[in-house]
Amino acid sequence: MKSSRAAVWGVNALLALLALLALFPLLWMLSVSLMPLGSASTFPPPLLPVHPTLANYRALFVGADLGRYLLNSLIVSGGITLGSLACNVLAGYAFAKLRYAGRERTFNLLLGALVIPTQVAMMPLFLLARELHIVNSYAGVILPSLASIFGIYLVRQYARAIPTEMLEAARIDGASEFRIFARVVLPLLKPIILTLTILTFLTAWNDFMWPLIVLTGSSHYTLPIALASLARQHNQDVEMLMAGSMVTVVPVLVLFLLLQRYYIQGLLLGSVKG
Amino acid sequence: MKSNQTLAAWVFTGPALIVIGLFFLVPVLLALGLSFTDFDIYALASLKNVQFVGLDNYLTVLRMGLFWKALGNTLYFVVVGVPLSIGAALGAALLVHSRLARWKGFFRTALFTPVVANIIAVAVIWKYLFQQQYGIVNYVLGWFGVQPIDWLGNPHMAMPTIIFFALWKNFGYAMVIVLAGLQAIPDELYEAARLDGASTWRQVRHITLPMLGPTLMTVGLLTMVGYFQLFAEPYVMTEGGPLQSTLSVLYLMYNQGFDWWNLGLASAIAFTLFVFTLAATFLLVRVGRRKGWV
Repeated sequence: MKSSRAAVWGVNALLALLALLALFPLLWMLSVSLMPLGSASTFPPPLLPVHPTLANYRALFVGADLGRYLLNSLIVSGGITLGSLACNVLAGYAFAKLRYAGRERTFNLLLGALVIPTQVAMMPLFLLARELHIVNSYAGVILPSLASIFGIYLVRQYARAIPTEMLEAARIDGASEFRIFARVVLPLLKPIILTLTILTFLTAWNDFMWPLIVLTGSSHYTLPIALASLARQHNQDVEMLMAGSMVTVVPVLVLFLLLQRYYIQGLLLGSVKG
Repeated sequence: MKSNQTLAAWVFTGPALIVIGLFFLVPVLLALGLSFTDFDIYALASLKNVQFVGLDNYLTVLRMGLFWKALGNTLYFVVVGVPLSIGAALGAALLVHSRLARWKGFFRTALFTPVVANIIAVAVIWKYLFQQQYGIVNYVLGWFGVQPIDWLGNPHMAMPTIIFFALWKNFGYAMVIVLAGLQAIPDELYEAARLDGASTWRQVRHITLPMLGPTLMTVGLLTMVGYFQLFAEPYVMTEGGPLQSTLSVLYLMYNQGFDWWNLGLASAIAFTLFVFTLAATFLLVRVGRRKGWV
């Protein structure tokens, strides 16, 4: 084939340009976060810090309680991930492999509910949270996310490939259903569990609207909520806001880079049926 | 045997069903009920102050100038933003998939990175990149003689700017799905076309695009439903302004519900948005059916 050198150059140059466009804002964030307060707002805009400093990070962690928000984010995302893994994996397996009356009807009801945007539920959900006294608490953010229809669907799709004969053999040996799940099924589901873990953690970490509503005081703010509020109060302090953005972006970015394969697989599985 | 499985199944699905029922399905039904009441800040103090008002909230919504403004803004965002995002995703996917591309893994990861970057953080970043006086965007455009533009402060520019931001943030998601679609197209089709002497462009036009139809349809639908829920971008970048030019329906719902505590009216706004989203979905699916993509 006559793939001319010019064509090779053209395609790769275009890709490099796109990659630069995609990554530049994040690199700029890193660079500005290391600049002394006030030095980014000059003309022409500086690309690299002349005197790199960690002062912005120090100011945020010492003066603006960022450590607390980081901890809040970790607690909330970790809690959601652990809890919803348990709920979704158990349910997804049951919907895929256990035979019982009402299975299809229940599952179809869940699938149907997938078209309803979550925001519709938020007004009553807030009133419910008030009744349960979990407004402005970790539980207020965690509880509604402890199971997800999408997660159940993902596990069910994967678990359907488990051969029924394997389960039947274990049953004939007298194993209880829970034992079968723990000993036979769980090891087979490892890849989808990893996928679900990273998908759930990232979604929980990045969630914005519900935490914004239910966290009415700053003590339980997660990082995105704290950052949004900081951005409104400290409109002028770009350098500090970029340090805050770094702390919000980097943990999950690292996680994504480490487990990329599993994350992408989850996206693809989730889009098969729309 | 069978009854063992039945018991186990309800025990296994029980926790998930309770969570989804209590925190999603029941609230959705309550929201429908709430939308027929005048639930407001007084009702928050005592439920005695709640009254059934029938369709009043929906009539208020339909008579509210601000709602139509917000719906117009949201539709603008969807109608311009979705095709741009899918188009960019398709272009990027074709480039990454191309036989000529080197370092495919790196490029794929790089282009996908904005998708996992926290939306609040990147919205704050872009707010400063778009800053009129010191922003890099205006600085670079200055090389080409373009006068500084007030991207987020001008009512005519703010929504296009937010659309560009959403494009940057989201195209990688659709790109990854389109890439998987491209990889599923059998090589024999291209080989046959090459033997017939078809140019690259003709191959894309007559093999790639038709084969990708269902994939593009799926990502188009997913992106569209997501774009109808525009909220965080204007919340951080413009607070709905200037002159309400970036106020979205969901932002209006948030304002009414959680700034003014008109929870009844907010619920009606939420359901109205839901109806518009469903209608747009059906419309798109119908177009897809006609083309044989669904």
